[in-house]
Amino acid sequence: MTDPVLDTSPKVSDEVRKTTCYMCACRCGINVHMKDGKVAYIEGNRDHPVNKGVLCAKGSSGIMQVNAPSRLRAPLKRTGPRGSGEFEEISWDEALELARSWLDPIRKSSPEKLAFFTGRDQSQSFTSFWAQNFGTPNYAAHGGFCSVNMATAGIYTMGGAFWEFGQPDWDHTKLFMIFGVAEDHDSNPIKMGLGKLKARGGKVIGVNPIRSGYNAIADEWVGITPGTDGLFISALIHVLLKAGRIDLSYLSQFTNAPCLLNATSGSPEEGLLLRDGDGKPLVVDRANGTLQPFDKQGVNPDLAASVDMDGVTHKTVFQHLADRFLSNEYSPEAVSERCGVSAGRIKAIAGELARVAFEEAFELDQPWTDFRGNKHEKMLGRPVSFHAMRGISAHSNGFQTCRTLHILQILLGTVEVPGGFRFKPPYPKPVEAHPTPHCHSKPDCPLDGPHLGFVRGPDDLALKEDGTPARIDKAFTWENPLSAHGLMHMVISNAHAGDPYKIDTLFFYMANMAWNSSMNTRGVMDMLTDKDENGDYVIPRIIYSDAYSSEMVAYADLILPDATYLERHDCISLLDRPICEADAAADAIRWPVIEPDRDVRGFQSVLIDLGARLKLPGFVDENGEALYADYADYMVNHQRRPGIGPLAGFRGNGTETGRGGVNPNQLERYIENGSFFVEHVPAEASYYKPWNTAYQDWAVKLGFYDKPQPYLFQLYAEPLRRMQLAAEGHGDRQPPDHLRQQIIDHLDPIPAWYAPLEEASVDTDSYPIHALTQRPMAMYHSWGSQNAWLRQIHGHNPLYVPTKLWKEHGFKDGDWAKVTSVHGEITVPVAHMAGLNENTVWTWNAIGKRKGAWALDEDAPEATRGFLLNHLIHELLPPKGDGLRWSNSDPVTGQAAWFDLRVRIEKAAPVEESLPVFGALKSPVGKGPAIVRQKVTS
Amino acid sequence: MTLLPETTEKKLGLVIDLDTCVGCHACVTACKGWNTENYGAPLSDTDAYGGDPVGTFLNRIHSYEVEPKGGGCSQTVHFPKSCLHCEDAPCVTVCPTGASYKRTEDGIVLVNEDACIGCGLCAWACPYGAREMDPTAGVMKKCTLCVDRIYNDNLPEEDRVPACVRTCPAGARHFGDFADPDSNVSKLVAERGGIDLMPEQGTKPVNKYLPPRPKDQLQDMDVLTPLLEPVAEEPKGFLAWLDKRLEAL
Repeated sequence: MTDPVLDTSPKVSDEVRKTTCYMCACRCGINVHMKDGKVAYIEGNRDHPVNKGVLCAKGSSGIMQVNAPSRLRAPLKRTGPRGSGEFEEISWDEALELARSWLDPIRKSSPEKLAFFTGRDQSQSFTSFWAQNFGTPNYAAHGGFCSVNMATAGIYTMGGAFWEFGQPDWDHTKLFMIFGVAEDHDSNPIKMGLGKLKARGGKVIGVNPIRSGYNAIADEWVGITPGTDGLFISALIHVLLKAGRIDLSYLSQFTNAPCLLNATSGSPEEGLLLRDGDGKPLVVDRANGTLQPFDKQGVNPDLAASVDMDGVTHKTVFQHLADRFLSNEYSPEAVSERCGVSAGRIKAIAGELARVAFEEAFELDQPWTDFRGNKHEKMLGRPVSFHAMRGISAHSNGFQTCRTLHILQILLGTVEVPGGFRFKPPYPKPVEAHPTPHCHSKPDCPLDGPHLGFVRGPDDLALKEDGTPARIDKAFTWENPLSAHGLMHMVISNAHAGDPYKIDTLFFYMANMAWNSSMNTRGVMDMLTDKDENGDYVIPRIIYSDAYSSEMVAYADLILPDATYLERHDCISLLDRPICEADAAADAIRWPVIEPDRDVRGFQSVLIDLGARLKLPGFVDENGEALYADYADYMVNHQRRPGIGPLAGFRGNGTETGRGGVNPNQLERYIENGSFFVEHVPAEASYYKPWNTAYQDWAVKLGFYDKPQPYLFQLYAEPLRRMQLAAEGHGDRQPPDHLRQQIIDHLDPIPAWYAPLEEASVDTDSYPIHALTQRPMAMYHSWGSQNAWLRQIHGHNPLYVPTKLWKEHGFKDGDWAKVTSVHGEITVPVAHMAGLNENTVWTWNAIGKRKGAWALDEDAPEATRGFLLNHLIHELLPPKGDGLRWSNSDPVTGQAAWFDLRVRIEKAAPVEESLPVFGALKSPVGKGPAIVRQKVTS
Repeated sequence: MTLLPETTEKKLGLVIDLDTCVGCHACVTACKGWNTENYGAPLSDTDAYGGDPVGTFLNRIHSYEVEPKGGGCSQTVHFPKSCLHCEDAPCVTVCPTGASYKRTEDGIVLVNEDACIGCGLCAWACPYGAREMDPTAGVMKKCTLCVDRIYNDNLPEEDRVPACVRTCPAGARHFGDFADPDSNVSKLVAERGGIDLMPEQGTKPVNKYLPPRPKDQLQDMDVLTPLLEPVAEEPKGFLAWLDKRLEAL
């Protein structure tokens, strides 16, 4: 019998269009195969710096996203009450004119009455530019409820953090330690890196209460108690310091460990660095014992120095740091029970870190020159690297925990060295290279500068002259002074409370605030629909832009429907959240590989139109004519500084990089190049970037900054000390009395662990269990539910219960549990999991859906059995009886403390559906088809 | 009853590394995307946005927890599963129409959809549950090892691998010829002790799995081991050590 005839070389597609994925935040390059003008298949782009050809489950399911029945179809104007989902379709002209008519009077009288917050926005340098020119101080993206602790602790400590700021040296690292990670930060690069590391026989240590995802393949899994990561890392530091297993040469050359701290008790300078007349921190030169500026050519800073002046002995940062971490409160034995990790294992892990960092050190044959003029013949490598994201960040002690982790890697000498953690251009960038926050608004006038920034001290706080918060989210106030990403999770609550003031219009983009992106979801729905004594909405107007029929759509008065990621222009800019690699600067675009088949527009083009209608500076010329036709026009022609625009590649005549004039053919050049641009870091500049003169010169050439600015890693964070000094009574700008002790306790310039604030404010006997969420690798926030393929992978989410609690409560498969926090209760299905911290329960994030949303049937498992933990988490801590509203956030940065949640669980009688149940929304887009048979041509 | 070839020239198949697979499902949807658009009938999804969505997939990932018998930490294993292209494939011999067949040249097991009557015997005969009947097309669907990619002249040479292999972010999936002892897959199996899935079934699967390496070995270390010997017990002693070490730098 002969085999059937088979065509093994069928035509794959008519054309391949290369663009950038947006199925999560990772921004991989994709090849979109087109047949008959339609999307037929999506695969990874092999040439792309982020994913090098691979693509995750989400990316490969993009075809189901661009065809999703939940796509909004036209601008919508609310006709029923808020929250009903009743709308009428209107024209773009009517929609934009309506928005203009609401916003124009605000801008001319009190621009702060617009609060414009964007969610999973990848165009923040543009949306912030719009908000700045509108003149409202109330702008931020979603970083405050995501990972601001990670970003901020990294910037303040070493000039960059993980993910977008840097990555392990995957080609050389031998030991990789990863703490609780949202698996889309970074999605593909971490998986690729783990594969590379494992293929070389390297080891992975995973620290996470839950053994899922990356922790499943970790050689060592540390199932830590939530919120105690900082304590665990402090114990590692304790052991390493005690054994002298730290890189003294690195610490003395590249960090502020040898800088001297002013010890003059009660002085307004106490705890600040001793500086020379030019403001440069001083060190003692070990060669001759003299005080010298830290960056003097040839100086050899002494870590062990102390200096007597006026009867006071000033010691180095290093000695203070050693005193802190050598303290017995951080011994493995002291932290073991609380962390849920044995003392022996803490020591074993510290020993392994030390062994690999010091016994497996190696050299690359690459000369380089440091900022003190010292020439180094080789680059010394220490093959230990770290990565962490939301798991350690989304706690109220997350900032200090993140700082502690950075201090650990700095003590080991593994940052910016071969085999360690490497920055991605335009990082590293010290605090001094970032703007400070700006908040001064005036009618009919742009804001006085960028909204977000890095405060250096009390003078930079966003306070009004009377000391009250200038921003609706109270970012950059004494409650959370270093809130570099704002506090999106407080906007609705504060706007509803009129605290610190009332606003008129809420304008959100891509943030599902009426569902999974808010704490206290039911409360937020009530706030959005609440009316005052006159029968008017307490929050008068809400404008929302989204591409899909999310839960938030129902709560807006005006919907501006966005295009999907294959139908729009976008710009992944170096001015924004770049996609660089450690060895290269890179940026990217999206372009419409298909045209929308609906009356929708890319949100950024809509903002440009609205900006022109409002005659905002930066959007109209001197005659009031629109400067840009659309976002594509802006991407090419906008210049932030002369010669520096949103895109760094193919500038000027097409050969200029970083700096250069406008090139009208720039987008064509990007498209020809696969929709991205890469400029490689010279070999001499590839490591030791903060101190490497070759790197500093290259960064200036590319326009990351205007002059070389080498700096020291900040083991000691002076900006925090300046806040403490104010709290101790120094200076003109003073915190309110009720916040003084909080600032002194939590803004310690050398990290000190404290218990998460919810834990400290609730009765832990009544709420003995920790409750967490994890993000599945195959879903991105709420987006996966509308995807016919992905929702079959994660269509509902049980509450996973560890063996000890499973037995204690006598659970069986198919049982339900009532889960109660100090704020609320839910009743949900349970499942057993053995690889889980014994005092922790968890579920997948954002699987649960409101009935009627996302074009799903009302009996969809997401809406019947799926649930959110959000109902158990409040944006405020339980009242303390002082009449004040205490935010459930990190007191340093305002990071939303999602993972501080404490609960108790009980077996519940079976119920039909997970509780609470909310009424169905009326879908503005109808329902999806019963059967999908995806095929463009047969 | 359909005959199997006595031998095949090549034995094409996959090696799946269970030590590296993070369970991300990238292979699942890349497979779905390629194969719904290409070989045979589309891979349909019924009740796609409803209460009981059920779709046809040629490759799925199952996740298991394994609690070691002698105690110790629970292990999580992500286990991707698709057709193993067995040498003694019972799904072929059971087929009443000859629709199910194993290719002589490379050993790939395929279904000729034109001849498939949708009787489902092959799925019943497969001990691995690797075949799925498409409910809307009424034909049996299974992994084709991307037979329309691996020889496809319209693809660049480096892309002539199954879609699941090309997309796997962790590099946990490898494609090659097991008949060649020097191939990448044969070497990986030799080096890492690759195993057959359920060898007792006697189907001689071509695909192999690399077992997870031993885990959680760093349970305890005596603080007095030389690596972590304290340099000083007192803060003053630490400073003296520091000074001495700095002198030596």
